[in-house]
Amino acid sequence: MTRRHIMFAACALLAAMLALDLRASPPNPYNAPAMLALGSGAAPVGGFCGAPAGLSGS
Amino acid sequence: MSSTVAIPATEARRRLGALPLTLLLVAGLAGTALFAGARFGLVLALGLGFGLVLEGLRFGFAGPWRAMIERRDPGGILAQLLSIALVAAVALPLLATYPDELIGAQGRIGWAMIGGAFVFGAAMQIVLGCGSGTLVNAGSGNAVALVALPLFCVGSLLGSIHLNWWTELGALPPIVLSGGAGLGLTLAALAAVAVLVVALAAPGTRRIQRHHLLAAVLLAGLAIGNLVVAGQPWGVVYGLGLWAAKGAVALGADLSGSGFWAAPINAATLKGSILTDYTSLTNIGMILGAAWIASHRAGSLDQPAPRLPLRGWVAAALSGLVLGYSSRLAFGCNVGALYSGIATGSLHGWVWFAAAFAGSALGLRLRPWAGMEGKR
Repeated sequence: MTRRHIMFAACALLAAMLALDLRASPPNPYNAPAMLALGSGAAPVGGFCGAPAGLSGS
Repeated sequence: MSSTVAIPATEARRRLGALPLTLLLVAGLAGTALFAGARFGLVLALGLGFGLVLEGLRFGFAGPWRAMIERRDPGGILAQLLSIALVAAVALPLLATYPDELIGAQGRIGWAMIGGAFVFGAAMQIVLGCGSGTLVNAGSGNAVALVALPLFCVGSLLGSIHLNWWTELGALPPIVLSGGAGLGLTLAALAAVAVLVVALAAPGTRRIQRHHLLAAVLLAGLAIGNLVVAGQPWGVVYGLGLWAAKGAVALGADLSGSGFWAAPINAATLKGSILTDYTSLTNIGMILGAAWIASHRAGSLDQPAPRLPLRGWVAAALSGLVLGYSSRLAFGCNVGALYSGIATGSLHGWVWFAAAFAGSALGLRLRPWAGMEGKR
């Protein structure tokens, strides 16, 4: 087995995960936010690794 | 009169083999922008950029720390510090000016956070891959990283479920160095660490290699872009935990009882598409960007997978699990806590740095024992 097989396996796993997720939770482009958060006037709502102030452990 | 340059058959085959991946990347970017939204297409492009830079210019976190600990070679760490300083110089003023639109990588300093960072540092040296490194290595055909990655996701999910319990052992609220004073303190602290590692360096190693210098600047540009486009800094761990959480839900698990996944932002992310989660998009981009570089690098993908003893593969899998779990407790990995945490003024980034570096020294001692390399 070479690194090529492993690279293809990584890409295939990624593709499978995306395909399953697209079937279960298709995105809705009509709900898309402004292209840039900066200047949008909207509060950031994405999940992140850290712990925003006000949330206990999350 | 025309002239032609003959391309060796192997080179032609390699270029032809890389073409489907190039087309896939272009289609993926266009499809994401079209069917999810322009912002998400842009974040995926930034993720690809991270992957291209990290793999193309061989910039990492675990390797340079190993070089400093084992050979007292500070070049890679100096490049990391430079990159963080460049981001901080732009990000901290932006965060102070637009607090309603942008958010930093805040974390809570506590017992679990410190312990998590220490354990993460040890585990990342066992597999020689941190958060970003595991993604980039898996994309470029590294078998150890591909074994570690799925367990990294599972570990991150388990850590998120147990996070509140661990945090209740004792944690301070987020402490953030903000505004002009925060920027001054952050740059001064980065300079102090740079002076320290240079003072400890072996003779003849006190410089940043040109490719690392370029990578530091490019990564800083991409990280600032991530903040401007997504409204939040570059991160890794959240997306990996989300992938495992979505898998668990698909298999029938109910995460509504988890304090972490019941929080409004996380519950919404769990219900939404992966293509609308910023950290997932940059993670996907890093894997594919690294794969693209590997497919264009002569001979790179023809190398055989490493021949490790069984305990080496078991160690890779367990290290992946530990990386995911510990980084969730530590409020991020080398990207979300160290790089983005320090660059956006979070004090937990500095504590993470010290704890993970100490853990790395232990991890390097454990590597031969774990079967990851010959005895030294």
